[in-house]
Amino acid sequence: MTTDALDRAGTAAAVKRRRSRPRYGTHAFLIAIGILWILPLAWTIYTAFRPYGETARLGYVSIGGQYNLDNFFNAAKGMDLALHLFDTLIVVIPAMILVLFFASMIAFAVSRYSFRFNVAMLMLFTAGNLLPQQVVIVPLYKMFTLLPLPAPFSDNGLWYDQLFGIVAIHVAFQLGFCTFVLSNYFKQVPKEINEAAVVDGATVWRTYWTVLLPLARPALAALATLEFTWIYNDFFWGILLLRTGSKLPITSALNNLSGQFFKDNNLLAAGALLVALPTLIVYFALQKQFVAGLTLGSTKG
Amino acid sequence: MTESDSLPSVTRRQVLKGGAALAALGGVSAFVAACGNGATPSPSAAAPSGGTSPSGGIAPSAPLASTPPAATGTITFGSNYSDDVPKKAMQAVVDGFTKKTGIAVTVNTVEHGKFQDTINAYLQATPDDTFTWFAGYRMRFFAAQGLATDISDVWSSIGSNYADAFKTASTGDDGKQYFIPFYNYPWVVIYRKSFFSEKGYTIPKTITEFKTLGDKMKTAGLIPLAFGDKDGWPAMGTFDILNMRMNGYDYHIGLMAGKNKWSDAKTKAVFQKWAELLPYFDPQPLGKTWQEAAQDMIGKKAGMYFLGTFAGEQATDPAIHDDLDFFPFPTFGTEFDAESAIDAPIDGFMVSSKAKNLDGAKAFMEYLSTGEAQGIFLASSPNNVAAAKDADTSKYTPFQKKMAEIIGGSQKIAQFLDRDTNPAFAGANGMQGFLQSFLGNPTQDLDKFLSGIQAFYDTLA
Amino acid sequence: MTSPSSSSAPLAETSGAFAPPKARRRGRRGPRFSLLTRRDKVTLGFMVGIPAFIHIALIWVPAVLSVVLSFTQWNGIGGIDKIKWVGTKNFDTLINIYPPFWPAFSHNLIWLGAFLFIATPLGMLLAVILDQNIRGSRIYQSMLYMPVVLSLAIVGFIWELIYSPGQGLINNLLGIAGTKDQIDWLGNRNLNLWAVLIAAGWRHVGYIMVLYLAGLKSVDNTLREAATIDGANARQTFFRVIFPVLAPINVVVLVVTVIESLRAFDIVYVINKGLNGLELLSVLITTNLLGEASLVGFGSAIAVILLLISIGPIILYLYRTMREPAS
Repeated sequence: MTTDALDRAGTAAAVKRRRSRPRYGTHAFLIAIGILWILPLAWTIYTAFRPYGETARLGYVSIGGQYNLDNFFNAAKGMDLALHLFDTLIVVIPAMILVLFFASMIAFAVSRYSFRFNVAMLMLFTAGNLLPQQVVIVPLYKMFTLLPLPAPFSDNGLWYDQLFGIVAIHVAFQLGFCTFVLSNYFKQVPKEINEAAVVDGATVWRTYWTVLLPLARPALAALATLEFTWIYNDFFWGILLLRTGSKLPITSALNNLSGQFFKDNNLLAAGALLVALPTLIVYFALQKQFVAGLTLGSTKG
Repeated sequence: MTESDSLPSVTRRQVLKGGAALAALGGVSAFVAACGNGATPSPSAAAPSGGTSPSGGIAPSAPLASTPPAATGTITFGSNYSDDVPKKAMQAVVDGFTKKTGIAVTVNTVEHGKFQDTINAYLQATPDDTFTWFAGYRMRFFAAQGLATDISDVWSSIGSNYADAFKTASTGDDGKQYFIPFYNYPWVVIYRKSFFSEKGYTIPKTITEFKTLGDKMKTAGLIPLAFGDKDGWPAMGTFDILNMRMNGYDYHIGLMAGKNKWSDAKTKAVFQKWAELLPYFDPQPLGKTWQEAAQDMIGKKAGMYFLGTFAGEQATDPAIHDDLDFFPFPTFGTEFDAESAIDAPIDGFMVSSKAKNLDGAKAFMEYLSTGEAQGIFLASSPNNVAAAKDADTSKYTPFQKKMAEIIGGSQKIAQFLDRDTNPAFAGANGMQGFLQSFLGNPTQDLDKFLSGIQAFYDTLA
Repeated sequence: MTSPSSSSAPLAETSGAFAPPKARRRGRRGPRFSLLTRRDKVTLGFMVGIPAFIHIALIWVPAVLSVVLSFTQWNGIGGIDKIKWVGTKNFDTLINIYPPFWPAFSHNLIWLGAFLFIATPLGMLLAVILDQNIRGSRIYQSMLYMPVVLSLAIVGFIWELIYSPGQGLINNLLGIAGTKDQIDWLGNRNLNLWAVLIAAGWRHVGYIMVLYLAGLKSVDNTLREAATIDGANARQTFFRVIFPVLAPINVVVLVVTVIESLRAFDIVYVINKGLNGLELLSVLITTNLLGEASLVGFGSAIAVILLLISIGPIILYLYRTMREPAS
C-alpha cells in the first residue's frame, strides 16, 4: 500500500519534472519540421497571389509589387472550374453515399448474423481494397468498353466515358475499407440490442435501418469525411475511364492548365489551390472525423 | 445492373441535400427497394457493340450509299483541335459545311493528347461518324483493323485536287483510300530574323556551317538549338532528320517498317552523330515541353529551334510571328543531300467504320478536301499549308509561302517517326522512352541500347 | 471473426455455421442464419449480395482476367476471338527484353525503401514526440498532417512549383535559376526520382504519424511511468515498452507503406507521365493499355507481377487483422 502510494507520488513527480522542463531541443526540431511542412503550401499561396508579370520583373523569391486575385480568376476560367467541380461532386456524393450504404449492410450482416461465408467475405473485401488499382485496369478497361449500359446512366450505351462507371468503380474499391471498419464497429454493439429488436418482431431490415445504423453514426461520419476526400482526390480513374473533356473530374482537369503557350507557374499555383480548397476546408472543419476515420481502420481488430 | 434505374434521382437529391450523409441514406433505401423488385439483369441494350466489330475493311453496318449526293441530317465529328485558336478555326470550317449543305455537324472535341491515348477504345466503342487523324502508318493501322470506312468513292471525285503524294499518304494497305488530307507542315530550323541580323549570323547550309554558327552562339552565351523533350516525341523529329540526312529516306522508311534494323551500324552512326551534336542542343531538354523550348527561341535565349512550324503558335504577338523565319536542316555532304528529305506530317480526317450517317460523313469529307475549307482553317492558323491544289495561296503569309516552297522542294517526304512506324512501338511505351534514355545518357553503350530497341521491336511483330 | 473462442482458425469455425440451433450459446453473435424467417433471409441475401456482386464483378473478376490475359497477345481491337494464346512469352519479353521493366521495378523498390526506412520512421518519431504532452502539440499535428488530405496529383503540382528550374523556389533560393548552372530537378533522370520521393514523403510522413499517434494513445501510461521509475531513459522506454505495444500498428503501417509504394502513380503521371527516370510498374501497365495500339497481354503481364508482389503484404494484413483479438 505504502510502496504503491510512493510509486505514484514518484511517478507524478517524474511526470511533472518531465513536463516542466522546457524542451528547447524538441521544440526547435518540431518548429523546423513544421516550417518545412508548411513551406510548399505557403509558397504555392504566395506565388498564386502574384501576377506573372510581377514575378518575372522582381524574381520569384522577392517581396513587393502587386498582389491580387487575378490568377485565381484566370485559373477558374481556364480550367472551367465550375463545370468540373460539378462533375466531381456528381461522382463523389453518390459514390460516398453508396459506399457507406452498401458497406454498412454487409458489415451489419456479417457481424450480427453467423452464416457460412462471413470471414471469407470480409477477407475478400479487405484484400480487394488493398489491391493496387493497376492490377485490374486492363480487363476493366476492356469491360467498360464492351459492356452495355442503358440510358439515362450512359449517353453512349457503354460504361466507358461515363460518370456512372466512375461511381461504380469507386464504390467497388472503397467498399473493402468501409466494410472492414464498420463490421468492427458493429461487433462492439451489444447483442442485446439486436435481440430486443427481434423480440419486438422487427425484421432484419428494420433492425438494420432503425436500430444499428443510427448507432453507427459516428463511424459513418468519420468514414464519410474520409471517403469524400479520397474520391474527390481521385485522378487515376478519371484519366483511365473518361474521355470527354467536359466530364473530367477536377484533379484531371487541372492538367489542362499546364500552359498552352508558356509555363505560368503563378496560374498553376492558383489552380492547384482552387482544386485543393474543398479538401482543405473539409480537413480544417472536420479534422477530428478525418483522423478518427483513418485510425478506426488501423487500430481495430 | 438494374439497380442503376433509380440512381440518378437519388444522386440529384443528394446533391441538393449537400451531403448530409445520414439523412441521405433515407433516399437510398428507396433505391434498394427498387432493386429488390427487378433483380434480373437486363441486357436489354443492343448487342455489345465494341467487341464484335467487324474486322473487314468496310463496315457492314453502314447503310448502302446508293445516292451519295442526297446527304441530309446530322453527322457527328470527333475533333482533337482542343486549343482555343484551332478549335474556333475548326468550328468555322464546320459552319461553312453546314451553310453549304444543310447538314448539321455535332462536334465532339477532346483534348489532343487524350484523343490520341484513347483512339483505340474510341474507334471501337463510341466513334463519331468522322474524326480527325494523321496520315501514315498510323492511318493504315486503323484502316487495316477495320475501324475506318473506305472512302475511295470520294477520292474518285476529289482525286484531281491532290498531288499524287497526298493520295499515296491517304491509301491503306489494301490500296483503298481512307483519309482526307487537310494541311501539312514541315519540320525545319526556326529562328528570329531580327536576332540573326542583329548578331550577324548567317543561315548554315551544311552541318559544318551549323557547328561554326553554334560555336559562335555558345560564346555569345546562347543555346544554339532550343530543345524540349519532356513529352517524349519531339526528339523523334531530330532522329528522323539525322537518319534521312545520313542514310537517306529509303533507309529511314525501311527502318520504320522493320526492314532495316535498329541494331544496324547505319542506325548506330546516327546516334553517334547525334551525341556529337548534342553540345549544341539545350543541355536540359528532358524537363522542358516543346512550348517552353519554343519560348527560349522566341525570347532570344536560344538561337534556333528545330521543330514543326507549329512552333509558330507560340509567337502570340503578330509582330514576333512576322519576325520568325526558318530553313531546312543543314545537309551532311552525303549522296542523300539532293533528295532534301523532310518530315512534313499531314493532318486530316477519316470516316469511322460505325458511321451512322455515311452519306453525310462522305459529303463532309468532300467539303474538307476543298481549298475553300482548308482556307477557312488556315486563315486563323498560319503555321500550316493547305493540302488541296485549289487552295488560295495568294493569302499566304511569307511564313506559309516559305513552307510551301520547302515542302515543294523536297524530293522525299516522310510523315514523322510516330506516324511512320508501328504505334505500339512509337508510343510512351517504346520509342519515346528510348530516345529520352539516350538523351539522358548519350555516352551509354549504343550497341546494347540499340539491340534492346531492336529486340523490343521484334517482340511486337 | 465469428467466434472469439477460435482465434487461430476463423475459417474452420465458419464452416460449421449451419450447426443446429442448440449449439448456439447465449451471448454469442446474433441469430444463426438458419433461424431467420424466409423474408429475412432474402433481405440479408440482398444486403450482402448486391455489394458483393459489385465488388467481385469490378475487382476480382478483372483481377483474375488479368492473370488469364497475361498469357495472351491482343492489341485490344476486335472481338475476343482475336486473342492469341502465347504462353509465357509476355513474361519472357518483360524480364529479358522490355527496356523499361527493370528500371520501373527498381524505382518501385527504391520508393518502398525510402518510405520504409526514411518516411515511416520519421512519422513514427514525430508521433512519439507529439504524444508527450508538448505545448502546441495539436498545432504541430495539424501542420504535419495537412498534406495527407491533398491528392498525390495536387502534391505533384505543388512540388513542381518548388522544383521548376527557372521559376521554382529551390533554384531561386540557390541563385541559379535561369543560369546555365540551374538544376533540372524533375528533368534530370538521376535526380528526379529522389525529388519526387521527397514530395511523396511529405505526404506519407503525416499519414504514418497519425496512425502511430492513434496507436500510442492506447499505450497504458502507467507502463511508461513504471519504466521511467525503473530508470529507463527515453530510448529504452521506447524500444522496450512502447514499440512492442505498437506491434499491431506496425503491421498496419508496414502494409500501408508497401501498398502505397506499389500504387504510386498520380504524382509521376502529373510530372512527366512516368517517363524519363520516373518509370513505375503502375505507369507501365497504364501506358501499355492506353495509346493507339494497346498491348493488352503485355500490360496484363506487368499487372500480374504487381499482383504477385502485393499478395504477400495483403496476406500478412489479413492474417493479422482477421485474427480475433484476444479480449
